[in-house]
Amino acid sequence: MPRCRPCWVSDRALTGLLAVGLIATLILGAAVGPFALSPATVLAVLAGERSDPQAVAVLLNIRLPRVLAAAVVGAALAAAGAAYQTVFRNPLVSPDILGVSAGAGFGAVLGILLGLPVMAIQMLGFGMGLATVGLVIGLTLALRGGGQVLMIVLCGIAIGALAGAGISLVKLLADPEQQLPAITFWLMGSLAGAKRADVAAALPALLIGILPLLALRWRIGLLAMGDDESRAMGVDAARLRVLVIACATLMTAAAVAMAGVIGWVGLMVPHMARLLTGPRFDRLLPAAILIGAGFMVLVDTAARTIATLEVPLGILTAVLGAPVFVWLLAKGARAWSE
Amino acid sequence: MERVTPLIEARGLAIGHGGRALITGIDLALSPGRVLCLLGPNGAGKTTLFRTLLGLIPPVHGHVALSGQPLAGLSRARIARHIAHVPQSLATPFAFAARDIVLMGAAARLGPFARPGPAEAAQAMAALTRLGIADLADVHVTRLSGGQRQLVLIARALAQDAATIIMDEPTASLDFANRITVNEAIRNLAQAGTAVILSTHDPDQAATLGHDAILLNRGGIVASGPVREVLTAENLSVLYGIPVQRDERPDGRLHFY
Repeated sequence: MPRCRPCWVSDRALTGLLAVGLIATLILGAAVGPFALSPATVLAVLAGERSDPQAVAVLLNIRLPRVLAAAVVGAALAAAGAAYQTVFRNPLVSPDILGVSAGAGFGAVLGILLGLPVMAIQMLGFGMGLATVGLVIGLTLALRGGGQVLMIVLCGIAIGALAGAGISLVKLLADPEQQLPAITFWLMGSLAGAKRADVAAALPALLIGILPLLALRWRIGLLAMGDDESRAMGVDAARLRVLVIACATLMTAAAVAMAGVIGWVGLMVPHMARLLTGPRFDRLLPAAILIGAGFMVLVDTAARTIATLEVPLGILTAVLGAPVFVWLLAKGARAWSE
Repeated sequence: MERVTPLIEARGLAIGHGGRALITGIDLALSPGRVLCLLGPNGAGKTTLFRTLLGLIPPVHGHVALSGQPLAGLSRARIARHIAHVPQSLATPFAFAARDIVLMGAAARLGPFARPGPAEAAQAMAALTRLGIADLADVHVTRLSGGQRQLVLIARALAQDAATIIMDEPTASLDFANRITVNEAIRNLAQAGTAVILSTHDPDQAATLGHDAILLNRGGIVASGPVREVLTAENLSVLYGIPVQRDERPDGRLHFY
C-alpha cells in the first residue's frame, strides 16, 4: 500500500536535515563570487578569528547581506505559497493570487517613475502590495461574499488586473532611456545591491507574518478541508483564513518590495516540500520555509556568478522552476493528488 | 417522570437562506442511541436543515439546543464537542493519510496553538480500529474506495467525541458491499449510544437503521414520527410523486418498491 510520506525520517529529523542544508547553502553562497572565499574563511570571519580586512569587508558588507536577503525572500515566498495553497484548497495557487505582487509591483514602478530614493520605492511597493489585498478583502466583504474563497479569488484577479494595467501605464509614461530599463529589471526580480538595511527592514515583516502561521499551523491545516467541514470541526474558518491571508500577504509584500517580482518560488517550493512531508500543513510549513530559503540562496548565487552580467532572478526561477515542476508532475507528485 | 434533556433538540424551527424560510415547523429531539432519518427529493432542504443544526447557518425562526444549551450562544469549538458532521464526500485536493484526516477530529478539544500529541494519535487509531480500518491508517485517502473514505470520515466524527453525529447521505454512491459495511458501522455507533441523524434516498435503509424519520418535500414536512408510522406507502407516494408500495416481510422488516 502506498504510504503517505517517507516513514524513515521523523518530523524533527527532517527539519534538522533541512536546517543543516540551509546553513551549508548560506556558507556556500557567502563564499562564492568574484572575490572567492573558502568556506573555512567564511566560518573563521563569522567566528571573529581571522581579520583579513578585505575578506571581512566583502563578507559583512556585500555577501552576507545578500545571502540573508535571498534567504528571507525565499522563506517568505515559500511560506506564503504553502499558506495560500492550503487556505484556498488549491495546489496551483501562488502568493500572487490576490494581487499582492501586482500591487507591490505597481507601487515600486510608480516610485521609480517619480524618481524616489530606493528606500521610498520599497516602502511604496510594500504599502501598495498590502493595500491591494486589503482592497480585495474589503471588496469581498462589501459584496457580501462573507469571506468566501471563490469571491476572494475573483476579486483578487480583478484588482490584480487593475494593478497590472497600472504597471503598463507607468511603463508607457516612463523615460525610455533611464527609467524603463530600471522598471523592467525591477519587475524581473533582483537582489543586486541588497544591503544590511534592506534585510533589517524585511526581517520584521517576515517574522510578523511567519510566527502566527507557525504557531497556528496545525489548525490552519484544517482549512484544507473546506469551510463547512472545518467549521463543523470547531474551527472559526473565516477569521482564521483572514489572519492567514494577512500574514502571507505581509511576507509577500515585503519580499516583492525588496527583491522585485520573483515568480515560481511560491508555487513550486511548497510542492517540493510536500513531497517530503505530505500535505499536513504543520509539517509542510517548516519544510517549505527552509527549502524556500535555501533554494533562493542557490538561485541568487547562480544569478550573480553564471554570467558577467547579473541574471534577473525571475528569469532564473522560471528556467529552473518550470523543468523541476514538470519533473515533479511526471514523477507523480502523489502527495498533492492522484 | 423527569424529562431527560435530549442531545439535540429543535423546536418550531424554520430553515432557509437569507431570512427566507424554506421549511417551517420542524420539531425534533434525539436521545442517546437514537437514529433519525431524513428522506426527501434533492433540493427538499435536507442539507439546509443539517447546516442549521450544525450552526453553520442561523435558523430563520425557532431555536436549536444541544444538551439543553442554546446553539446560538455556543462557540464553534463548543458546538463541535456536541455534534460532529460526516460530509457526503471528502472535499480536499490534497492526499492526506487516513490517520491525519481522523486526527482532525481532535480540533474541537485542542487549543488554537496546540498540535495533536500521542493521546490524540491514540484516539484516532482507536476510532480507525473501531471501524475496522486500522490497516488503512497510512494510506492516502485518494487511494481509498468510496466506502473506505466514508468510514474514515465516520472515524473522524468518532474522534471528535461528539454525542451526536450528522451524516449527509452516508451511503449514496457506494457499491453494495460498502453500503452494507457503512450501514453496519452506523448501527454499531447507535448501539454504543451515539445519536445519529442521517439523510438518505433509500426508504429501505431508513426502515432498517432508523428509529424515527422526517419526510421533507419542497413544500415542507410531509410526515414526521416513528419510522413504521411515517414510512407508509401513502406518505412515500406523496413524497416522491410516484406510486410506492410497502411490503412487510415475515421477519418484520419493511421493504419498499
